Amino acid sequence: MSTVVPPPADPLLELVEADIASAGNLELALVKRVSWRLLRGEYWAVGGLQWSGKSDWLATVAGLQRPAAGEQFLFGVSPAVLHQSDLVVDRQRIGLVFENGGRLFGQMSVRQNVALPLCYHHNCPPEDTRETVAAVLALTGLAELADEPASQLNRSWRQRAALARALVLRPEVLLLDNPLAGLDPRQVRWWLDLLDALNVGHPWLAGRPLTLVATTDDLRPWRTRAHQFALLQNGHWCSLGGRAEMAAHTEPALEDLMTL
Amino acid sequence: MEKESAKPVGTSLLQDALALPLPQSYLNFVGRQSFRLLQTIQGVGAFALITLGVTFTKFNTAWRVTHPLIRAEIERAGVRLLPGVVFLGLALGLVIVGQTVSLLTKVGAEQFAGTVMVTVLVRELGPLAAALLVMARVGTAIVIELGLSRAQGEVEALESLGIDPVHYLVMPRVIGLAAAIFSLTVYLIITAVVSGYLFVFLQDVPLRPAAYFSQIAQALVWQDFLLLGLKTMTYGTIIAVVTCYHGLAQRLRLEEVSDATTSAIAQCVVGCVLADALFIVIYLLM
Repeated sequence: MSTVVPPPADPLLELVEADIASAGNLELALVKRVSWRLLRGEYWAVGGLQWSGKSDWLATVAGLQRPAAGEQFLFGVSPAVLHQSDLVVDRQRIGLVFENGGRLFGQMSVRQNVALPLCYHHNCPPEDTRETVAAVLALTGLAELADEPASQLNRSWRQRAALARALVLRPEVLLLDNPLAGLDPRQVRWWLDLLDALNVGHPWLAGRPLTLVATTDDLRPWRTRAHQFALLQNGHWCSLGGRAEMAAHTEPALEDLMTL
Repeated sequence: MEKESAKPVGTSLLQDALALPLPQSYLNFVGRQSFRLLQTIQGVGAFALITLGVTFTKFNTAWRVTHPLIRAEIERAGVRLLPGVVFLGLALGLVIVGQTVSLLTKVGAEQFAGTVMVTVLVRELGPLAAALLVMARVGTAIVIELGLSRAQGEVEALESLGIDPVHYLVMPRVIGLAAAIFSLTVYLIITAVVSGYLFVFLQDVPLRPAAYFSQIAQALVWQDFLLLGLKTMTYGTIIAVVTCYHGLAQRLRLEEVSDATTSAIAQCVVGCVLADALFIVIYLLM
């Protein structure tokens, strides 16, 4: 009896034996020998304590930072060999929400922040993006704050505005850097519910499942939501597997991230 | 012994001093400074080439976003500085042009007034004064705003959105400053020439307006217009590139922004003076 082996799925993002460099010193490896691949539709939560290199790992995965050693691939191609115009196209397929307020452009309003990538990539005036921007602002609950200067918002609203800015180009992959840090339980639930909906297929993305990767310093909210888990600890990458495998793990660092 | 004692004392001391090895700390200091200078030249040079490359290849990319930014930069560095330039032009006219013409008339050399005016005002002082004004008012602001943007991670945010920071942040400033300094220089020269005649008139110098302006017109050659444009745009490019480089090249801590601003302005002055020296050579060859 012959068994048909399905062809291996192409990873969207991939690291091969990559040493994750520090943003401040590109020669210094914070995390060593990471081999990881992200497949379409996956939902990862990557835990790590402060200074474990989560943000640098995420920046490397997004192709914003080169690894100190090893290789990185965006949609199957190394960014080192990509032409600038192809890299720009790849960047539009990856949404990134930064930590601590999302690094919005402080001198712009929320609406202008969200419209900027649309106007830039489609070469259109802000008026032409009004409907799309209004829809994504409604999706993120920011419709009433659209004309507020981004610098005037509190951190949780800035974080939502950063999510709206990352979603406006309808990316295939959404990377989130510690998105739940400092949020109250209601906000945490809102974020997790929206991410779940995006992962299974939201009307905003025409029902296409969004591939998600979130870093966190508290794995508790994610343990019933994410599908795959990993740890960054003591400069090493440790893939934990799915929910059941994670529950069986006895890593001391995992305990730190699962208990108060 | 006698021969040695016959040696002049000053020479002997100098020779002894020269024979001594230089202090290590001094050598280290000179070495560090030279190395830093070379690094800065390399960094600014590479940044300038990248900027010029992006400006020529992406001028029309996303023009609905970048061209309003260019207009905003021209407004900030040009239109808003117009009152300052008019004031500077009045002062230059009264202090330099008026006095020069008055002096030349006293010594019977009023026929050189036009040549002196063109050399001093059109070729040298006008472009340099406008550049210094823009450097002080806008150059410093550029280092601070870009330094803060970089410190707050906004540059990485642009990159993550697929927006080239050089295209979005630097190109509009380079084009804006080049256009602004050119325009301000023209206004400054016109104001200085007119206010200079006002001073001449007030001093009862026997020089008719027609003679005054025709002397200036005759002293001007077509190359002056071309080189004035080139020179002012070179100044604008130097100021924009150097200030943007200092704001963006490395992630600054908040307390480092003031030092970066000082270094940027000092380097802008050196860059503009060196460019001026290059243009003097061209003028001498004309």
